Amino acid sequence: MSKDKTQQTVQTTGHAWDGDLQEFNNPLPSWWLWAFYATVIFAIVYWVLYPTWPVGNTYTKGVGNDITYTTTDGKEVTSHWNTRSLLLKDLADARAEQAKYVEQLKAASYSDIAKDEEKSAFAYSMAKVLFADNCAACHQAGGNGVIGPYPNLLDDAWLWGGTFEKIEETIRNGHVGNMPGFKGQLSAREIDNLAEYVLSLSGQGSDATKAQKGKPLFSSNCAVCHGQDAKGQILMGSANLTDSIWTIVNVPAAATPEAKRAAIVNLLKTGKSRQMPAWKDRLSDTEIKILTFYVHELGGGQ
Amino acid sequence: MKHETIETNVGWLIVLTLIVISIGGLVEIVPLYFIDDTIETVQVDGKDTIRPYTSLELRGRDIYQREGCYTCHSQMIRPFRDEDMRYGHYSLAAESQFDHPFQWGSKRTGPDLARVGKKYSNEWHVQHMMNPRDVVPQSIMPGYPWLMQSLHYKDVADRMRALKMVGVPYSETQAEFDANVERYGKDVADKLNINSAMDNLISQAQAGNYDGNKNDITEMDALVAYLQVLGTMVDFSKFDEGHFAEFR
Ligand code: HEC
Ligand code: HEC
Ligand code: HEC
Repeated sequence: MSKDKTQQTVQTTGHAWDGDLQEFNNPLPSWWLWAFYATVIFAIVYWVLYPTWPVGNTYTKGVGNDITYTTTDGKEVTSHWNTRSLLLKDLADARAEQAKYVEQLKAASYSDIAKDEEKSAFAYSMAKVLFADNCAACHQAGGNGVIGPYPNLLDDAWLWGGTFEKIEETIRNGHVGNMPGFKGQLSAREIDNLAEYVLSLSGQGSDATKAQKGKPLFSSNCAVCHGQDAKGQILMGSANLTDSIWTIVNVPAAATPEAKRAAIVNLLKTGKSRQMPAWKDRLSDTEIKILTFYVHELGGGQ
Repeated sequence: MKHETIETNVGWLIVLTLIVISIGGLVEIVPLYFIDDTIETVQVDGKDTIRPYTSLELRGRDIYQREGCYTCHSQMIRPFRDEDMRYGHYSLAAESQFDHPFQWGSKRTGPDLARVGKKYSNEWHVQHMMNPRDVVPQSIMPGYPWLMQSLHYKDVADRMRALKMVGVPYSETQAEFDANVERYGKDVADKLNINSAMDNLISQAQAGNYDGNKNDITEMDALVAYLQVLGTMVDFSKFDEGHFAEFR
């Protein structure tokens, strides 16, 4: 029955497969056809307005939708429509919107920012994103770091200084901390005694005779960098060995006195060099300032 | 020709379909080869700053491809505000002119890597490659611990020759070398010299000691050398803000 009906109402292409398998040949629905013509007209309008047609070694630039934006140094630039200028305009608009806050931050001293609730809230919200994109891979999302490779930024101990100025300098220019290895220079026993002495500096020693033997070795080998008082020097980022905060050697994780000593011995033998990258080429002055404020506020800023 | 003839003849259908489809490609792609501004000129003090990869970096790029890093990472920062803020300056066409094949991509399971160079320390990259979760606890990137195996580099000159055939300016003759000195300066031209490819590879790996292991040149050395150069060849502070928009 259905066969009869179709044959009356629609055309087929005329051929048949397997006896009765036929192919419809319906005209396009008119709404479809008109939509198609509309896209053709749209394309022609688009060709005129936007950069489209190649002409020799250049191309048509479009008319009637120039982009004007203000650069960071205050110049007005007008250009024919293109995605790069569109981005620059987008960035300029965003700058203009944030200018109120950013200008304030630029002008404000660090302590002003800390005192002003609105300013510090703005700095905080921007810093969180910046920290996650750029710093968290090493210092971890919360800034707690990893004992060994990446220092904790939450505690009171600073290798390179915890004032705003010092932190800013660290972020801007980066640092390489270099603790040399002493494998060739000192004997295994000397290194063992030194390790015991280092532990005793923060009250974690367990063998006073060994520590006593380590003391003169410390003065002659280590004091140049760590200082006679073993408190470290921020000039070379040498760690303070008298506090119970550890940045490279994971003493807190070691359960027994022997394991603690072994961990230190390991560092004294091989040494360790760690690099904090420089950010001055990657981040703007304002971004560095915001991050400095954030790191300082994370904990222990001086 | 009648509609029916095409529809009932597979050979014709294939040929004509290919022609119709290729028109789209030809119209969009071919003119770019003739338009002067397609690839930006990036010169500082009269020298090109975007150079082909050194022999070590090139081996790193090969490993990047072998391991399929591109299945999760793109290498093109689009000109959008969010991308600019997260990754840095948008990528230039010139920056991938020596990539064969290009690594642009659009699948980002992980972040874009077009400007990852110098962002992290070598040590970080090595730790991250060995086991990403050691440094990024929530990472879903797989570890690549086997990259600590020795690098195979005896054939690096051949690899450079192959790229030279598709237009990458590595030099083999004196004339080509001189042209590179003119274009990039002597220091860079030395690195692009196929005749000293192996020596260059060894000295860069030893000087850089990317993987922290001085005794062996490993695949890790090559990969990290490659990652550390990505996106670092243009010093954008040397150009006006709108400079590269003028090429569009
Ligand atoms: C590649 C890993 C890495 C990244 C990314 C990184 N850092 Fe660091 N950072 C380090 C290392 C390693 C040190 C310690 C350097 C040393 O041992 O002297 C350090 C040190 C610091 C210090 C000094 C700590 C002290 O005790 O004096 C500050 C502050 C700091 N980083 C902030 C940041 C900020 C802010 C960012 C993001 C913009 C960042 N870091 C990104 C690895 C990194
Ligand atoms: C050339 C300067 C220098 C000398 C000499 C030196 N150190 Fe260090 N030391 C450093 C620096 C810098 C660091 C921090 C390294 C870093 O952050 O990357 C450090 C770190 C350490 C640490 C790790 C502290 C922690 O919190 O984990 C210990 C322990 C240590 N040194 C002990 C010694 C002993 C013992 C000696 C003598 C045998 C010595 N150092 C000699 C520069 C030096
Ligand atoms: C399954 C997908 C996947 C593959 C394959 C993959 N990655 Fe990743 N990658 C990620 C993810 C997700 C992240 C973000 C988390 C992290 O940092 O580990 C990432 C992060 C990175 C980063 C840090 C980027 C930044 O700016 O923080 C680098 C560098 C990187 N990958 C390199 C590589 C290389 C080289 C390879 C090939 C050997 C590779 N990835 C293969 C998913 C992948």
